[in-house]
Amino acid sequence: MVETYQRRTALAHLGLVGRAAAGKGGAGVVMSEAGHRTIINIRGNAQDPAFAAAVKSATGVDLPAKANTVAGTGARQILWLGPNEWWVTGADGEADALVEALRGAFTGQHATACDVSESRAVLSLKGPKTREVLARGVSLDLHPKVFGIGQCAQTGLSRCNVLLHQVGEGPHFEIYVLKSFSDYLWRWLEQIAGDFDLGIEA
Amino acid sequence: MLVIPCPYCGPRDEHEFSYAREGHIARPTNAEQISDADWAQDLFMRKNPKGVHYERWMHAKGCRRYFNVARDTVTHEIYAVYEMGQPAPDVKKESGR
Ligand SMILES: [Zn+2]
Repeated sequence: MVETYQRRTALAHLGLVGRAAAGKGGAGVVMSEAGHRTIINIRGNAQDPAFAAAVKSATGVDLPAKANTVAGTGARQILWLGPNEWWVTGADGEADALVEALRGAFTGQHATACDVSESRAVLSLKGPKTREVLARGVSLDLHPKVFGIGQCAQTGLSRCNVLLHQVGEGPHFEIYVLKSFSDYLWRWLEQIAGDFDLGIEA
Repeated sequence: MLVIPCPYCGPRDEHEFSYAREGHIARPTNAEQISDADWAQDLFMRKNPKGVHYERWMHAKGCRRYFNVARDTVTHEIYAVYEMGQPAPDVKKESGR
C-alpha cells in the first residue's frame, strides 16, 4: 500500500494543474486526467441469475444487458469487457469494501472479484472535436449513430490497448489505459489535439 | 485489412486480433503408447489448404476471447465465426461451393 502522502496520479509529473490554470476556454478538445478511481474486475456467468443478483446486491447496479455497454451512473458503473467479464468502478478508496462485498456475495459461486484500480490511468477528452482526435488512432466507427453515450469498447488507440467509454454529451469520452502507457498516450493525444485548439483542465 | 466479426464484440479490424492457427486439434489421449513419429505429426504438421480453413483467432485488443473462424485462404472470405467448443460447420455446403 502506497503511503497516502506519496500517492500520485499517473500523469502528476506533467504539471497539468499549472497548465490548466494558464489555459483558455472555448477549445475544440479539452483534455484532463480523471484522477484516482476504483476499478474491480469481476468474472462470472452472466446467464446465472444468482451471479447477476450477487452483483446487483454488492454494487447496487445491474450488469449491463448488452455487449459494449455500461450500466450505472456517477462513480458506480459496470463496464462490459467480455461475455463473462466486467469492471465495476467506484470512487477512490472504495476498493477494499467493494471487493469484500462482491466476494461475500459470490460465496459458493464460480466467480471472482479482483482489485485492479492501480493498473489504469483514466484520461478524459471532451469537446466538439473529440471524435476527430480519437479517429486519428482508433479503427472503430465513432459516429454518434453507432457509438453513443453509455457505450464502451476495448480497442487499440495509437498502438495502446484502451477501453473507450462515451460518458456524456459534448461528446465526452473517458479512456482507460495501462498506467505505464499513459504518459505516451497523453503526449500522443495532446499532439493530435493541438490541431483542434487544445484546452487542459486539472 | 480483414474485418473479423468477433462473436462477442462485433466486427473489428484485423489488427485487433491475433491469429491462433488451426482449430479443432484434439490431443492424443493414449500419450504413453504413441510413437515419436505420431507425436511429431500431432505437434508439428498442420493443414495448409487452398480454400476453406478452420482456424482460431483471439480478440487481443478487445474481449481477449478465443473463437473459431472458417476463412477462405484464397479470397479471405469469412464463412462462419463460432465459439470455442462448437463443431466446425460445413461451410462448403452452406455457401454452395
Ligand atoms: Zn471481442
